[in-house]
Amino acid sequence: MKARPWVGILAFQGDFAKHQEVFAKLGCLTQLVKSSWQLANIDCLVIPGGESSVIDRFIKSQQIADPIKEFATKKPVWGTCAGMIMLATQVENDPGLTPLGLLDITVDRNGYGRQFDSFVDDGEFTVNGKNQKLEMVFIRAPKVSSIGEGVQVLGKCRKEPVIVQQGKVIATAFHPELTKSAKFQQYFLSLL
Amino acid sequence: MLADKDYQLKVGLAEMLKGGVIMDVTNAEQAKIAEDAGAVAVMALERVPADIRKAGGVARMAAIEKIEEIQRVVQIPVMAKCRIGHFAEAELLQELKVDFIDESEVLTPADEENHIIKHPFKIPFVCGCRNLGEAMRRINEGAAMIRTKGEAGSGNIVEAVRHLRMIYGEIAALKKLNSEKMKKLAKEMRVPMELLKKTAQLGDLPVPNFAAGGIATPADAVLCMKLRAQAVFVGSGIFKSSNPQVVAKAIVTAVGHYDDPAIVLQASRSLGEAMPGLEISKIPKDEQLQYR
Repeated sequence: MKARPWVGILAFQGDFAKHQEVFAKLGCLTQLVKSSWQLANIDCLVIPGGESSVIDRFIKSQQIADPIKEFATKKPVWGTCAGMIMLATQVENDPGLTPLGLLDITVDRNGYGRQFDSFVDDGEFTVNGKNQKLEMVFIRAPKVSSIGEGVQVLGKCRKEPVIVQQGKVIATAFHPELTKSAKFQQYFLSLL
Repeated sequence: MLADKDYQLKVGLAEMLKGGVIMDVTNAEQAKIAEDAGAVAVMALERVPADIRKAGGVARMAAIEKIEEIQRVVQIPVMAKCRIGHFAEAELLQELKVDFIDESEVLTPADEENHIIKHPFKIPFVCGCRNLGEAMRRINEGAAMIRTKGEAGSGNIVEAVRHLRMIYGEIAALKKLNSEKMKKLAKEMRVPMELLKKTAQLGDLPVPNFAAGGIATPADAVLCMKLRAQAVFVGSGIFKSSNPQVVAKAIVTAVGHYDDPAIVLQASRSLGEAMPGLEISKIPKDEQLQYR
């Protein structure tokens, strides 16, 4: 890993500024990404939380889906919440959406319900066989409803898989960027 | 106050809406149009503000069936308005599981002295404001998002601009105050000193700040974003225009690319007729919604 990795954050809509804050605190350089040329110099990409239907619309209008897929063949990509939906191969409850298909999972958009059902809870995060506790914030979160063969489950909360990884593509149903702990971000940077 | 878990979830949802467009809709069909155009959330209403203004009389929370009809057809968050101070309407909206409650001056106020104490609710609230004092009081009562009041239903952006400039001007001035003067200001604003301190430290409101009231074109929305609004509410501007689908898409594109005039220009072509606008000085003061 470089001394100061360059983290790109897809910035059409959502809480991209929160992600930017956390990575800046960790000493990374950050680049907000709205156009495919901005993928050229970054070391990894984050697809933030927000509304997947909105992010999907911008990905289509900016024709950035193929460049992201190409990027993901070489460098780490992390999606949170709406970002997890965008990375999936299949999405339930969202017929108009075209996910990127970088992570062999099926997700149910708003699978945990409406805002009334949003919650904060401690979950488990397993790195290199070591279990750690992690505070997890779920906001109108997507639920992983099925997992393909090559996908590893690195985290669980309330018995559901909430951190999944396939190669260098990783997704969280919750929002590490909204809590004080940067354990997850550090793990993501270790994939570089 | 700012640390508890419920509050974290409320502000968290507001964070997720940043960079988006929240659209007023009055039925399922409009809600679907809004979602397809890229709305980040819809506001379920009986009438859009321009029609509330025309109809006169008492404007209340939307009918239950209206809200449910809209909840059924979209996946994006559904917001709804209650009257200022009407915590019983807010309780109904929470039972309905709307995703956000707007304690709104667009409806006829139910209490001229008190706003709702919003902390006990599980559902987040957004409140309008014209200046820093109003914003601080609403945040102190538990609002998880602030929006400008602007002048709803006017199609005139001037008041939203005034309110954005006022808030950020006051925050800039706040940063220069010594603690004695800040204490005095906190007393005048009737809010804890701690809240003012935090705001001064951040150089911004401690919760997301969106623009609302009078946005009618993509360029109006861009103006608000450049004046540091983090997202926009569009009320009458979409469904009172001659081509709602096109205008809705154009405003979504403009907000996402507010820093790129070439894309905003492209989005602003062939929009048809915008909603008719009202000169603010021609609206009698007692009919202006922002003073509620």
